[in-house]
Amino acid sequence: MHRHRRGRGLPLVAALALLPLLLLQASAALAENAAEDPPAPRPPLDLKAVDTPNDRGESVDLEWRPSPDEADPAAGALLYLIERAQAQAGPFERIADAPAGTTAYTDNSVRDEETYYYRVSPRGTGGGTSAPSAVAGPVRSTGQWFDLRKLATLILTFLFCLTVMVLIRAARRGKTFYVRPIPGLSAVDEAIGRATEMGKPILFIPGISVASEVATLAAFTLLGRVAKKTAEYQTPVLVPCADPIVMTIAQEIVKSSYLDAGRPELYRQEDVYFVTQDQFSYTAAVNGVMLRERPATNFYIGKFYAESLVLAETGNVAGSIQIAGTDEITQIPFFVAACDYTLIGEELYASSAYLSQEPPLLGTLKAQDFGKAVGAILIVLGVIMAAFGQTWFVDFFRVQ
Amino acid sequence: MQRELPRLITLVTGMFMAIQYFIPHKHSEQFYQTSLDWLIIVGIFSIVLGIASLVNLHVNKIQRRDAGTKYSYILLAGLLYMILSAILTGTDQQSFFMKGYIAVLNPITSTMFALLAFYIASAAFRAFRARSLIATILLVSAVVVMLGRVPAGEDLIPGIAKVSDWLLNVPNMAAKRAISIGLGLGGSATALKVVLGIEAPHLR
Repeated sequence: MHRHRRGRGLPLVAALALLPLLLLQASAALAENAAEDPPAPRPPLDLKAVDTPNDRGESVDLEWRPSPDEADPAAGALLYLIERAQAQAGPFERIADAPAGTTAYTDNSVRDEETYYYRVSPRGTGGGTSAPSAVAGPVRSTGQWFDLRKLATLILTFLFCLTVMVLIRAARRGKTFYVRPIPGLSAVDEAIGRATEMGKPILFIPGISVASEVATLAAFTLLGRVAKKTAEYQTPVLVPCADPIVMTIAQEIVKSSYLDAGRPELYRQEDVYFVTQDQFSYTAAVNGVMLRERPATNFYIGKFYAESLVLAETGNVAGSIQIAGTDEITQIPFFVAACDYTLIGEELYASSAYLSQEPPLLGTLKAQDFGKAVGAILIVLGVIMAAFGQTWFVDFFRVQ
Repeated sequence: MQRELPRLITLVTGMFMAIQYFIPHKHSEQFYQTSLDWLIIVGIFSIVLGIASLVNLHVNKIQRRDAGTKYSYILLAGLLYMILSAILTGTDQQSFFMKGYIAVLNPITSTMFALLAFYIASAAFRAFRARSLIATILLVSAVVVMLGRVPAGEDLIPGIAKVSDWLLNVPNMAAKRAISIGLGLGGSATALKVVLGIEAPHLR
């Protein structure tokens, strides 16, 4: 027992003796770690806060120059902490983090007509956050009532509308305008006549898009002319529609045309009908109509996508005369390959003026020619000025 | 009044929509969004008109015993199945509605789309016959572009991919842009005619 007591006392003495040594080692380790910690990076420079230009409001743009220490791997800033306050003295609230390399940020969480201040603090690799940048502000967000980037568009639109009005007025006063022959539109009467001789119906497909599409509006115009002729010749016109609103408008157009032709009793509402909004189900249904009814003439006027060639090739197999027109550039080659006549580009929109020869419509047609001439001149000017390093001219017309 | 009121509504909404394009303010954005919402609401109501037209057409066909009456039966049965299955079993993945959609409608529409490859081949066969100088240019350009798009083409004729790219990016692009400019002006003129009531075939 005695020996045992002496044995317990020895480790305690040894531990007390070692304590200063352990403390020394710990402080040395701490000092070593402190030496490895990089210093906190310096703050970014020139922080600017401005109301986002040409926007809806509720937005502030921030921009800064990166921290001078960002490129230094030892003290590199890994993160910028973006802070916002409603008074210059704070309190600042952290609203977002941006990775190193970022020099701009858009704050979309502000309210209009309120004052804000911003500052940006870099956080280094060691986790230390340095002093923040100088406070930027005050800045107030407001929504703009005009998008300055669209100034060129506004000017050109205004000039185009003015040209249309002037030329309509000139046409009404008796000025005659030359319209070049468009084979696709010249063939409309011939195609309707052929259907009458064969005793077969005419199939008019107004595209597969909605009524607000400009190509569908062009289809309505041509449908009116075709329906009037078919009423005069007593030839049925079938109009399968892929949109119920298009169907309703098409029914009204065909009905009005039959009334204009003095044949309201020939109008059958069920000849203008809704099929489906599904693209290929519609295609299958219309292909079925083509192969069962064998229409003498098919019109494809409006917006078409991948179904264009399937429809036109089936019409070709059915032996119909085919006239097509679409504003979908990728589908024009398909129609050219499979149809007898194709309205290319703006020819689609010329149908009403070409077929009716009404002065107001001819005036708009001539205005389009002026528009194209102005466009060509501006393109040539842009090329020349860009070649001489004057990019401001091209930039003025750039809509971002 | 029956004609003037729709013209007035077209003029006012048309002008608002045109002006709205230049105004980025949130009130303008809200107006545009509300218009789109209304368009959706009107569209939903118009579906009822569409379905009524479809049912009416096919019921009449069945009554008249027209050619292809069997297709009318299939269409009405399909319509009824989709409506009833959605009402009775819902529209989740395991429902009869979705089974009908995935197992029947999807394969049928995919088949229709796949047929396009054959139609392209038959249309190309007709279009690429060298009957005139222009048709020959078209044929040669098409062969160059097709060869330039596949790895074998470059192996057979080194450099053909660059010629193909040039054809697509220079003459083809120039023609596409020319058509686009014409379409843009034509579309604007048509829109203007409709907004101003110069052209309103449905309101004669």
